[in-house]
Amino acid sequence: MAGSIEHELTLSADDLRSLPILGKVHEWVVTVDHKRLGVMYVAGGLFFFAIAGLQAMTIRLQLAMPNAGIVPPEVFNRLLTMHGTAMVFLVGMPILTGFFNYLVPLMIGARDLAFPRLNSFGFWLWFFGALLLYFSYIGGDGLYGAGSAPDVGWFAYAPLTERAFSRGNCTDYWILSIFLTSVGSTATAINLIATTFSMRCEGMTLTKMPVLVWLSLVVSFMMLVALPPLSAAQAMLLLDRFLGAHFFDTQAGGSAVLWQHFFWIFGHPEVYVLVLPAFGFASEIIPVFSRKVIFGYHVMVAASCAIGFISVSVWAHHMFSVGMTPAGNSFFALSTMLVGVPTGIKIFNWLGTIWGGKLRFRVPMLFSLAFLFQFLIAGLTGIMLSVVPFDWQLTDTYFVVAHFHYILVGAIIFMDFAAIYYWFPKITGRMLSETLGKWHFWLFLIGFHLTFDTLHFAGMKGMPRRIYTYQPGRGLDTLNLIASIGALVQGIAVLILIINVVKSLRSGEVAGDDPWDAWTLEWSTTSPPPEYNFATPPVVRSRRPLWDLKHPEDPDWRYE
Amino acid sequence: MSAAPATIDATTTDWKPTMPYKGRVGVLALILTESAFFSIFVVAYIFYIGKSLTGPYPKDVLSMPIINTICLLSSSITIVLAVRALQRGSIRSFGIWWFVTLALGLEFMTGTAAEWHRLIYHEGLSIGTNLFGTTYYSLVGLHALHVTVGLILILLVMILTMLGYMNRNHIERIDCFSWYWHFVDAVWVVVFITVYVIGR
Repeated sequence: MAGSIEHELTLSADDLRSLPILGKVHEWVVTVDHKRLGVMYVAGGLFFFAIAGLQAMTIRLQLAMPNAGIVPPEVFNRLLTMHGTAMVFLVGMPILTGFFNYLVPLMIGARDLAFPRLNSFGFWLWFFGALLLYFSYIGGDGLYGAGSAPDVGWFAYAPLTERAFSRGNCTDYWILSIFLTSVGSTATAINLIATTFSMRCEGMTLTKMPVLVWLSLVVSFMMLVALPPLSAAQAMLLLDRFLGAHFFDTQAGGSAVLWQHFFWIFGHPEVYVLVLPAFGFASEIIPVFSRKVIFGYHVMVAASCAIGFISVSVWAHHMFSVGMTPAGNSFFALSTMLVGVPTGIKIFNWLGTIWGGKLRFRVPMLFSLAFLFQFLIAGLTGIMLSVVPFDWQLTDTYFVVAHFHYILVGAIIFMDFAAIYYWFPKITGRMLSETLGKWHFWLFLIGFHLTFDTLHFAGMKGMPRRIYTYQPGRGLDTLNLIASIGALVQGIAVLILIINVVKSLRSGEVAGDDPWDAWTLEWSTTSPPPEYNFATPPVVRSRRPLWDLKHPEDPDWRYE
Repeated sequence: MSAAPATIDATTTDWKPTMPYKGRVGVLALILTESAFFSIFVVAYIFYIGKSLTGPYPKDVLSMPIINTICLLSSSITIVLAVRALQRGSIRSFGIWWFVTLALGLEFMTGTAAEWHRLIYHEGLSIGTNLFGTTYYSLVGLHALHVTVGLILILLVMILTMLGYMNRNHIERIDCFSWYWHFVDAVWVVVFITVYVIGR
């Protein structure tokens, strides 16, 4: 069905098709196939990962020694704003929507998403929104002849963002680009929900869906609820900046704290929007490499839904130092601790899956095991920060920076890498090199711990976040140098991943349909899958349809 | 296995194909996300009630838009009548009720335009005057924007109907759109209570 639309569109462009490269590009531009759009999302996400990663390394270079003059302060502010904004909206979001796009229809036995053209529309909104953010380096001068890229930090606190304090158009670029990518993500979320509810194959009841599909459903609902507060607040800010409204204009009675509430009503669920897909990847990869079914499927699903519900009521733990009432502080401290319960359940279930399994330590499994360990520590420092007096002491220090990088890198990026190694054979038909993969894994692991373990201590010694330099002799010199060396090691590891991908695309081992001896439906079709996914729509009877197929003597549906 | 279906003994599944129409799921998801969007503007409105540093204040300049409200809410009834007519296969009666819906929606927009004109030119209230103006124009304007989008779609369907393209096959889509229209009406109830009852 996607094919017919494509052909209609390409008829008018016959001359384009006669040029091989342009024809290829044209084919990708007009595609509405969920697999191609998924690949484009992930590739785009990795592209911006490289850029925002280089920006992070510049930040670390500046902070490697005291009083360094690598970049001036105003450039440093732009670097950290662009790094943060890009890593969330241009890296984390597209990689998760990309994998969901690619995998959800395959895993539920559908031939495409419910609204293929809406899917393509969402992708191009995201793509041009992403370009707009980086275009600010050139276009930020705008009408006022001041400014460059956004420099207000990724949470853009008011009233710093009002026109009086943020001249030029840099903040407008921040608003508009993020607004566009959010609309694109909303389109994807609507699409995933409609697909999951309306297009499952025969026998695929809700409780037979893979855990990853459940998590895509929870994440999609969270996006629908959590992205609008940011978009709405950004619309208000735009009204402030261009029409002279006073939403966050403190001089006219507007409230700066209201912006913080609106931002974090988005901001905290967003963390779970980013991390739940990592849980989904882990819930697919760990069972396959432990040779066991997932432990406690129903509890796993229930815990995911519980995280979704609780996570929309914890936002103000980002604002303990703003001066809320004791009742407010207590409520948000308790709800934050509460979210640790379903999260803990998930960790125990993954451990239960590994327990007694026949483990295969391939690269996806290595990344998953590191994820388990690091996610646990990130959760524990999170519980520490939910204790209000502790937070008062350490908020806006590098302890917080280290804590959330443990989630964003130690959990999410690690599982993104695991997912790339696990599904690359399905997407391209070729395996990634195991040797290079292990180099990538160990270097990234060492670099990660060098950087972010030490930053906890820098924070406890009182190093504030977002400073462009610090004085020598305050006990921060060595810690920062180690952290910066770690950043370099992580950079080398990512370089190895790029080499691995390029090399394996050309000459990697041919994967076959099912290289990991896995159990979900995507492995029942060819690698890469045909445009229509399945020649005949599959019929399933258990959560592991491929196990049933391979082991007719002992199928799963006897026990489920 | 080359694209082979994972068919496992299809005869014994306890599967009943009861999955909903994808458009309906889609429009419900859209309504959910739009509700979240509106609720932020409503919260901002309620948060800033009585916090304007200068006038004009709501009690001085706002009057209840009763006729507007009656028109918009009854358009929800007429669109249901239109959908039922289409279900029966009576295209003519569908067209009539659809036109009435369009007219009621247009009346609402005209009423809003008149109110804004009065507020701007006679009361001197603009979006930059004070917090009341800021929150009033953005909340009512956001709702009016949704009515406008709905009216454009209603007009499109009206034109297609007059050109003779409407038939019973479109019932699912027309019904899904009517849900969006009901949502816009329900939002008006919330906006009405917030702005004209609580806020005055």
